[in-house]
Amino acid sequence: MNGTSQMLVYLIAIPLFSATVLLLGSRALDKVGHIIGTLASTAAFVVGLLEFFAMLGRAPENRAVTQPLFTWIEVGNFNVGATLLLDQLSICFVLLITGVGTLIHIYSIAYMSHDKDRRRFFAFLNLFIAAMLLLVLGDSYLSLYVGWEGVGLASYLLIGFWNQKPAYATAAKKAFVANRVGDVGLSLAVMIAFVQFGSVSFSGVAEGVEAGKASSLALNCLGAALLLAAVGKSAQFPLQAWLGDAMAGPTPVSALIHAATMVTAGVYLISRSHFVFDVASVAQLLVVIVGAITLLFGAIIGMAKDDIKKALAASTMSQIGYMILATGLGPVGYAFAMMHLLTHGFFKAGMFLGAGSVMHGMNDEVDMRKYGALRKYMPVTFITFGLGYLAIIGVPPFAGFYSKDKIIEIALDAGGAKGIILGSITLLGAAITAFYMSRVMLMTFFGSKRWEADAHPHESPALMTIPMVILAIGSISAGFIFNLGDRFINFLNPVFHSDHSGHGEKEHLLPPIVVSALALTAVAIGVSIAIAKYGRGKSIPAVAPADVSVWTKVARRDLLQDDLNEALFMRPGQELTKALAIVDEKVIDGAVRGVGSLTLDVASGVRRTQTGFVRSYALWVIVGAVGILATIAVMSL
Amino acid sequence: MPTPKIEYGILAPVLVVLAAAVLAVLVEAFVSRRYRYVVQTTLSFAAIALGLFTVILNKDVSGRFAEGSVAVDGVTIVLQGTILIFALLGLLLIAERGFQSFTAQASTLPGSADEQRALASGLQQTEVFPLTLFAVGGALLFPAANDLITLFVALEVLSLPLYLMAGLSQRRRLLSQEAGLKYFLLGAFSSAFFLFGSAFLYGYAGTTTFDGIKLQITTSPGNDLFLLVGLAMLTVGLLFKVSAAPFHSWTPDVYQGAPTPITAFMAAVTKVAAFGAFLRIFYTTIGGMVWTWRPIIIAISILTMAIGTIIAIAQKDVKRVLAYSAIAHSGFLLTGIVAFNKSGVGATLLYLLTYGFTTLGTFAIVTLVRDAGGEVTDLNRWSGLGKRSPLIAGIFTLFLLALAGIPLTSGFVGKFAIFSAAYESGNISVVIAGVLASAVAAFFYIRIVVLMYFNDPQEDGTSVVIPSPVTAITIGVCAVATLVLGVFPQPVINAVNSLAMFVAG
Repeated sequence: MNGTSQMLVYLIAIPLFSATVLLLGSRALDKVGHIIGTLASTAAFVVGLLEFFAMLGRAPENRAVTQPLFTWIEVGNFNVGATLLLDQLSICFVLLITGVGTLIHIYSIAYMSHDKDRRRFFAFLNLFIAAMLLLVLGDSYLSLYVGWEGVGLASYLLIGFWNQKPAYATAAKKAFVANRVGDVGLSLAVMIAFVQFGSVSFSGVAEGVEAGKASSLALNCLGAALLLAAVGKSAQFPLQAWLGDAMAGPTPVSALIHAATMVTAGVYLISRSHFVFDVASVAQLLVVIVGAITLLFGAIIGMAKDDIKKALAASTMSQIGYMILATGLGPVGYAFAMMHLLTHGFFKAGMFLGAGSVMHGMNDEVDMRKYGALRKYMPVTFITFGLGYLAIIGVPPFAGFYSKDKIIEIALDAGGAKGIILGSITLLGAAITAFYMSRVMLMTFFGSKRWEADAHPHESPALMTIPMVILAIGSISAGFIFNLGDRFINFLNPVFHSDHSGHGEKEHLLPPIVVSALALTAVAIGVSIAIAKYGRGKSIPAVAPADVSVWTKVARRDLLQDDLNEALFMRPGQELTKALAIVDEKVIDGAVRGVGSLTLDVASGVRRTQTGFVRSYALWVIVGAVGILATIAVMSL
Repeated sequence: MPTPKIEYGILAPVLVVLAAAVLAVLVEAFVSRRYRYVVQTTLSFAAIALGLFTVILNKDVSGRFAEGSVAVDGVTIVLQGTILIFALLGLLLIAERGFQSFTAQASTLPGSADEQRALASGLQQTEVFPLTLFAVGGALLFPAANDLITLFVALEVLSLPLYLMAGLSQRRRLLSQEAGLKYFLLGAFSSAFFLFGSAFLYGYAGTTTFDGIKLQITTSPGNDLFLLVGLAMLTVGLLFKVSAAPFHSWTPDVYQGAPTPITAFMAAVTKVAAFGAFLRIFYTTIGGMVWTWRPIIIAISILTMAIGTIIAIAQKDVKRVLAYSAIAHSGFLLTGIVAFNKSGVGATLLYLLTYGFTTLGTFAIVTLVRDAGGEVTDLNRWSGLGKRSPLIAGIFTLFLLALAGIPLTSGFVGKFAIFSAAYESGNISVVIAGVLASAVAAFFYIRIVVLMYFNDPQEDGTSVVIPSPVTAITIGVCAVATLVLGVFPQPVINAVNSLAMFVAG
């Protein structure tokens, strides 16, 4: 922890200031609101870049910088300063958030051009950027918590941006509630950290863990609490149900918040807390299990969705499952999780923007059964989306190949039966991913036209296609660049202390080349099945067929997660509320009313002393004076 | 007898304001009616601003001046600064001319033809400005006084204008005049106690200076009859001024009867001045008698909190609710006296600062809720205000939450500081009583919030007038202060604590 930087605060302050101006500004700002918002995001990106180059100019062990802002809370020995911390881990996020964020701002200028509330939309986007930057720049769990809640708020506001539709407002509420459940985890984690280590800063907790201040049980509880938080925010099993509904928000929001950045906050939280998970083996195992389940869960749901955004959302869930799985695999996993997070940020954001572009051209239609043959009409969208597609299914040399391959590799190397199980799951996931993403590609861009009568597809304006092109370039090259000479792993090494050099020499279950071959085979199988089912000459019914196996039906219903939530939590919750209402009515209210009316009686009794007559007031003064004199007399005896 | 040495520079805050008050009387006599309002407001604001400036110049001063009759030290600086800020905000409310809070001509009989004529002619007298300036001058001197005679003079200079100002209301003039008269009679009564006590203390120590009395207490046994009686009587006088039970009975009537801007001014400025003097006397002059006075103040504190909160529940008039709330807050503030330790001084000063902003803001909003006849203070008619004007109701809610001491408002910070100081001193009983009273008090504050938001508005002509800039500024400043002191209190806490030091004995 050496070195300070005076610029970090501007990263957060600029978008926050812009959000405030846009929110408080009058309608006069309507004409320039989107420009102000985009400029603010761009400015933050420039600051991020400057910090990044400054960081590269320093020796690897001195790269972290801090900026103390002010003393936030000072009560006794409990001292929380608001300090920003920029290290190798946070800079990755800063560049992703501001870089992709700026592209999405630009895209939104065109995408939201017909919306009368565009200024408010940009204000919320800026608010999100500021909150997300605070989340990744805070140097303590408490600052992180503030950012965590901030992005939750921004997400809620943006999912429900078109809240005139009740279904959208409900979706926003659902996301909010699911996130609250996770947030309980984070607040528990803050409390456990404070009780055990007397500190809530990352460095303080890390030192405390190292010094052995906490029992293994406490560390596992802390890890589990952090995992609960991550599960809520990153839409992991069993709190994943909200992400599909969150697609109610405008598509740029889905791209930025529900694909590239906010939903990956859970991965950040776990990576940031690596010092806890490294020693809490039970919590770490839980992380792996959650990741493995979700990656399959999301993939299976993805196969059954006809709504293009929901299919992509399921895919996001599944890809984050990969990342979470990697973080649970110990020191070597964090860096690969981060690498997949960044490449995923590029290709998934690009694909969402592509989906938005398709919707833009198709009168906001989201049902892929009503698409088809769009490649001729929207060539740029087709090519950029296609590049993202190649990246996500993991075809070399696109970005996803490098990052996903590494995760499969380390999953296989986890050792013993665990390694074989995890390896199989990740391979199976890769095959399913290839299948459902090919399905999306084929249904949207190939085959016959199944459009609604009034659809006139056309390519989107340049303001929308340029960000897509830039993201597509990232989808092509990011993985290769990151992987060149292990530079990304080396870059992150001072944060995670992962001994990457040992990684190469470690006994592999299978040689890397075999792993790649296996993964590519899985992908080939997935793609082939998709082509066989949805390829040339296959007719795709305009309405989803109803005579399908029970498994398909279950998958279409998000693997019954909503039904489960309803049966397990909502209905018992409602019953409990009813019961509590009765208890409240009869017992508590009765008692309170009793106390209340008693107090009121006393009050009106005492009130009679307030007669309004000066003489009686003066009498009270005399009584008081005599009382004081008497007390003094008694005490001086 | 040699000429007494007067340090004009250090006494400047008091002198500037009093000089302006004298000038204002001349303005009242010689400037034509057309320009009087402009001249009076300019003069008043300039005097307060200049006073504030001189207070800041004094910030490093610590010593006794004017032949030892005035003590200027960190505590005085904080208190004088606080008083002047509140005086400025109070004056802004008093200067409001968008609607009429003050009687057209105070000398006319209520209900008489003269009154009607004065009303019809749109007369707006401006004598309230010099009165306010005199009161501010007295308030500035009160917590700095280091001598019983100076203290008494300051008390009267503070009180006499207030008696008049309380009777100036435009609406329900008879009630207002009755309030003024009551305040005067009871004030005179308590001043008698005060003087009586001073005489006894003089008899005990042979001097009226605080330092002399303090010296006598430390050097001779504390069981002297003159000392004990003097102490008791002086305490009664001070307790009356801070409206502690059972000397509080004037408060609801006066708060209700007085024009609301005056109530706001009184609630903030008088409380700061009186508690300032309280602090100085109890912490330094009779600090040696702590074992004698502490049980009394504990009892009074608990009684005041209980009476203030319990009776407030039964009130139906918003100004009376706030009056009882002010009484309860006096009880909370007395726990800072009970503490009698270093953190007690800082905590009391901080509490006064937070409370003053909130209470000024609260009364400022009360001036805005009106119907054709003037202010509407009947709580039932405030129902549904949240639907009618969400902004004003929202700010009022903020103030009520601060008065209730809910976290993230200044009220919480103040209560937390003052209760921890009392806790530190080992007097758990007042802390427990304080927390319980806060819980009960939350009930009637929240009840108003519920009333505003969950009841339907009544169609009886009650509405919120759009404030002119003067009132809007006051409400804005108070709301911002309430929030900022609640969320980022640390810089202010540090500043107050670094200054909270009495001049060395």
